[in-house]
Amino acid sequence: MLTIDQATYDGIVAHAKRDHPDEACGIVAGPEGSDRPTRLVEMVNAAGSPTFYEFDSTELLALYKQMWDLDEEPVVVYHSHTATEAYPSVTDIGLASEPGAHYVLVSTREHGNNDGPVEFRSYRIVDGEVTEEEVAVVAALPTT
Amino acid sequence: MAIEVRIPTILRTYTGGEKAVDAAGGTLSAVIDDLEGNHPGIKERLVDNGDLRRFINIYVNDEDVRFIGGLEAELKDGDQVVVLPAVAGG
Repeated sequence: MLTIDQATYDGIVAHAKRDHPDEACGIVAGPEGSDRPTRLVEMVNAAGSPTFYEFDSTELLALYKQMWDLDEEPVVVYHSHTATEAYPSVTDIGLASEPGAHYVLVSTREHGNNDGPVEFRSYRIVDGEVTEEEVAVVAALPTT
Repeated sequence: MAIEVRIPTILRTYTGGEKAVDAAGGTLSAVIDDLEGNHPGIKERLVDNGDLRRFINIYVNDEDVRFIGGLEAELKDGDQVVVLPAVAGG
């Protein structure tokens, strides 16, 4: 199960709506081993495309170095689909490289840049196998 | 002195869980061959048909190797190599 706080959830949805019709992408970092997504990092989609996303390679390195310095890991890796359902594509599955992360898919196909509900779903993707999981949106993450 | 190679989570199955391993070589290609000697199987995850895989990024001292000669990028003792899979999809 993915447990995520409302502000972070809203941030991901807002990013997806803003970048529609291109795919939006980013991560939510959290302390290593904690499974707590605490720090939303919006990334630029270097592909600038409605059907593909890719972090810029220089920004990718900067992001990971920052996480290493803070003893963090990518707890959530998110991106949007802008014309299809919020389910990992064949490409998503083939390129998924963080077996410990929650892969969040947001679909903006219904309302685009406008207000209105979006599909927000989460998956584990390990060795090409996709497992959907429940998403619990909480006011604030429980303190551990 | 050696060259430290930072290994991403998904490739740590080849390094017994180690986050970073030492390697030697004067070019990235030689370093990868040296890695392969100690961690069999890892080369195929980095290189395909003699080229760096499209969705693998390798950095030498924070420079993407695609801008400094790719597999022929020159390395020396003390350099730091980072391997990061692309975060990408469709």
